[in-house]
Amino acid sequence: MPDGMNIDYDGLIPNNVGLAEDQRVRKALETWHPGYIDWWKDMGPEGFQESLVYLRTAIGVDPKGWAKFDYVKMPEYKWGILLAPAVEGRTIPFGKHKGELAWQEVPGEYRALLRRLIVVQGDTEPASVEQQRHLGATAPSLYDLRNLFQVNVEEGRHLWAMVYLLHKYFGTDGREEAEELLQRRSGHADTPRMLGAFNEATPDWLSFFMFTYFTDRDGKMQLEALAQSGFDPLSRTCRFMLTEEAHHMFVGDSGVQRVVERTVQAMRDAGINDPYDQAAERKLGVIDLPTIQKKMNLHFSLTLDLFGNEISTNAANAFNAGIKGRYREDKIEDDHDLIGATYPVLRCVDGEIVREEAPALSALNMRLRDDYVKDCESGVVRWNRVIEKAGFSFRLALPHVAFNRAIGEFATIKAGPDGVVMDAAAWAARAGDWLPDAADAAYIDSLMVPVREAGQYASWIAPPRVGIDNKGGDFEYVQIVQ
Amino acid sequence: MIMHNSLDGRVSCNIMQFMEQQMTGPVEKPIIEFRTEPARYRHWRIEIEGPVAHLIMAVDPAGGLVPGYELKLNSYDLGVDIELHDAVQRLRFEHPEVGAVVLRSGREGVFCAGANIRMLGQSSHAHKVNFCKFTNETRLSIEDATAHSGQRYLSAVKGAAAGGGYELALTAAHIMLIDDRKSSVSLPELPLLAVLPGTGGLTRVTDKRQVRRDLADVFCTAEEGVRGKKAVAWRLVDEVIAPSVWDATVAQRAREAAARTDRPTDAQGVKLPWLERKIEGGSITYPHVEVRCDAGLRRAEILVAGPSLPVPGDVATAVALGADFWPLAMARALDDAILHLRTNEAELGLWMLRTRGDAALMLAYDAFLEAHQNHWLMREIRHFIKRVLKRIDVTSRSIVALIEPGSCFAGTLAELAFAADRSAMFVGDRGGEASAMLTVGPANFGAYPMGNGLTRLQTRFLGEAATIERVRASLELPLDAEAAADLGLVTFTYDQTDWDDEIRIMLEERASFSPDSLTGMEANLRFPGPETMETRIFGRLTAWQNWIFQRPNAVGPDGALKRYGSGQQAAFDRQRV
Repeated sequence: MPDGMNIDYDGLIPNNVGLAEDQRVRKALETWHPGYIDWWKDMGPEGFQESLVYLRTAIGVDPKGWAKFDYVKMPEYKWGILLAPAVEGRTIPFGKHKGELAWQEVPGEYRALLRRLIVVQGDTEPASVEQQRHLGATAPSLYDLRNLFQVNVEEGRHLWAMVYLLHKYFGTDGREEAEELLQRRSGHADTPRMLGAFNEATPDWLSFFMFTYFTDRDGKMQLEALAQSGFDPLSRTCRFMLTEEAHHMFVGDSGVQRVVERTVQAMRDAGINDPYDQAAERKLGVIDLPTIQKKMNLHFSLTLDLFGNEISTNAANAFNAGIKGRYREDKIEDDHDLIGATYPVLRCVDGEIVREEAPALSALNMRLRDDYVKDCESGVVRWNRVIEKAGFSFRLALPHVAFNRAIGEFATIKAGPDGVVMDAAAWAARAGDWLPDAADAAYIDSLMVPVREAGQYASWIAPPRVGIDNKGGDFEYVQIVQ
Repeated sequence: MIMHNSLDGRVSCNIMQFMEQQMTGPVEKPIIEFRTEPARYRHWRIEIEGPVAHLIMAVDPAGGLVPGYELKLNSYDLGVDIELHDAVQRLRFEHPEVGAVVLRSGREGVFCAGANIRMLGQSSHAHKVNFCKFTNETRLSIEDATAHSGQRYLSAVKGAAAGGGYELALTAAHIMLIDDRKSSVSLPELPLLAVLPGTGGLTRVTDKRQVRRDLADVFCTAEEGVRGKKAVAWRLVDEVIAPSVWDATVAQRAREAAARTDRPTDAQGVKLPWLERKIEGGSITYPHVEVRCDAGLRRAEILVAGPSLPVPGDVATAVALGADFWPLAMARALDDAILHLRTNEAELGLWMLRTRGDAALMLAYDAFLEAHQNHWLMREIRHFIKRVLKRIDVTSRSIVALIEPGSCFAGTLAELAFAADRSAMFVGDRGGEASAMLTVGPANFGAYPMGNGLTRLQTRFLGEAATIERVRASLELPLDAEAAADLGLVTFTYDQTDWDDEIRIMLEERASFSPDSLTGMEANLRFPGPETMETRIFGRLTAWQNWIFQRPNAVGPDGALKRYGSGQQAAFDRQRV
């Protein structure tokens, strides 16, 4: 029996869940496996399936030594089922079952609710791989190419994690859902992915960095909330996924920072003082600061839509049932059942944005979104420090939560990045100042030329300060085999 | 406070109500208005492309009938359904060129989420019941249009059709579901709200779609519903369509459906203008219909005036009269009066039906309608009258017809006497007025079937084929009280000496009984004989639903409807009753 800390690599599917002894689930997963590999080859990174990529693979789930690095062909990556170690005697931390022993099996009455949550979470994992599959062709360096692939294989593993839960706990319905996770396609007219933001293209590398910073951070928030779950296998799965998700956000955070660094460095070298002089900045082959701001506006607002309606019965039900908690529920000091409590919610009343107290149970999406916005700020502060140190007065800023929204309270109004409500015509007239337009896209696209020599970096991005696994920036992170 | 508005406002029609308001504070309950028109719609759009109409639901979340809930996700309340009812009616009368109607959503990601839960949670029992009755009637009127008007309904379900949303889709003759791996049909009332899919949901699944009963059991307890090919396999929808060919296929199906119509392509529709109605004191006045409310005696008197103008010489003249043509004008007025009284005058528990006019002329109008029954407009009018009479059949009021000298209970209007729970006929003349007569016409033998599929005479004389033949033998002969009683067409006959007293005592006695037991008894006695989908919806499904609507498991402080949206689950009394 595995002790829950080490991973059994003997079978087809690496795992720390005793798959060798669980014939039923092993058979289901082994049946699902070929379909997954076909999906990866069809929809995974395009053109690099034979290349050797310097990837980390989990070898244990304890915080210290869980990863080892080596060259791997991506289709041979050791995807597997990894759960954080069980905590003896863990109890349900919130909701009406608070204090009861955490469930090791799905309670019948919450089966549909849990399955839906897991399927939605699961659907986002392959979706982002699909969204990013063309990016390999234009990677600004081997270092970035490797980071992209690391993100991709880990998203693939997250899909495995969700599929394990579906196979293990949800019977035939679960197997059907697992199959469908391989059938849907990001952006496909007939079989789209479930959530809007996961059907948007990731057209260029700045979008990729923004996506991993902003959208993967939504993933982090959702995983944090699910890591609190009273359904113990889900909690343990999500806890382990979070350790991987942190790397994705590092890729986004450091990626944007390196773009900013390169831009302000080039501006200083060329003696440009006006950050709004886009034409001059673009002549330098870097991405001007206003365009970086526009990309931020786009990805931040699209991601906010993933939090759903501010007032949500589903969120309330999931909390009360002990299925999905709040961000860092275990660190919050209150009664953890929220009956009778209130929470301030931004609402749209007669076209105005007002703050109203709402029942805290119904306002959980709003609360998670607030936590998310706070979490997003840290990177923006770091990026601005780079700009400030370079001596420019320009500051990047998150747009107002009402800006450019399609879901929730603000879907029916038009607001600028500063939160000022305006009519649709006035908004449309200014949209090009706030969101990337065709000209911006064309310019960024023109910069997207591949750089495939170890230690070389595209004109628009600075090298990293340190590499991966203590290797330098000039390490050959990918041995390309075309 | 008494509000006064010369046209539509309500002057509190009686002293009792006034006193009640004084005692309980100024609770001015606004009158619920069933009259509307497309320019006033907040929730629906009608878009017409040649022979195809698109009936598009885009509910304004802020457009609820009363404050306290938001109509999110294309959920509906009575106000939304009033517009739907109006739209269905107008498509039939104003658009002879339309042969197919596509029900669809104007909101992204959702077809219709059904009746608004918070609205149900905060509504009184009476409002819920009345709301469901009206929505049921509207759903049936959609099916009536498909069956009898040559206006075939299709549902184009894109996004979730949940609960009442799927029940709406179920009214169509053909249901299309987009196969985007998200859109589903569901009846989650039981698992989610501890009530029933009571707007025909259960009954249409088994009786109309003929879904196997065990699959129906699974479907009605699965909150998330069914999508894709399984929905077709279970017969919940007729086809699933890939998103890339969705628009083209829906358009194609609509054209195919429209091609099957027998409606004229070149006819002018009849505009249904704003219905004139004057509410003053205790009286409500329409063209051809007058209502007098007596709150003290808890009853309403509905007086229907027969036609006064001669029968049009030809059908073109009748078409030119349009909404002023007596049968249509009378039906519109009576329809609104019924809806108004049901919804806004719940304490008037007894309706007295009276008529006046020229019986021979009434029969001549019937003959005209019958002679031109294949003309699209005359057909519409007859089906409309049929539906108005059906509303009476399912109204939870004691209904008494008074057949007096000067009355016009003949043919179509005689149906009012047969729809009543009991009738009384005046024997002999009264102050120089000619004796009261009751005249059976051809219209009483098939033009206006009840929900059970039988005529009111067949229902009245269940198992008495010979009696029906005796009645038929006196077709178009004015029958005096004695003859009518002999044929069993009336309940009581009284002469001058007894009439006033007997009627007074009968009405007073009736008004003294428990309104609930009366409702139950009347609903049972009105529908003897065979069951149809329609009678099952009103008689069985609704009765169960209304029982559940009273139970703490649904509406108690810890019940599912009250707790919905709070995140807290309902606490059930687990005892099976």
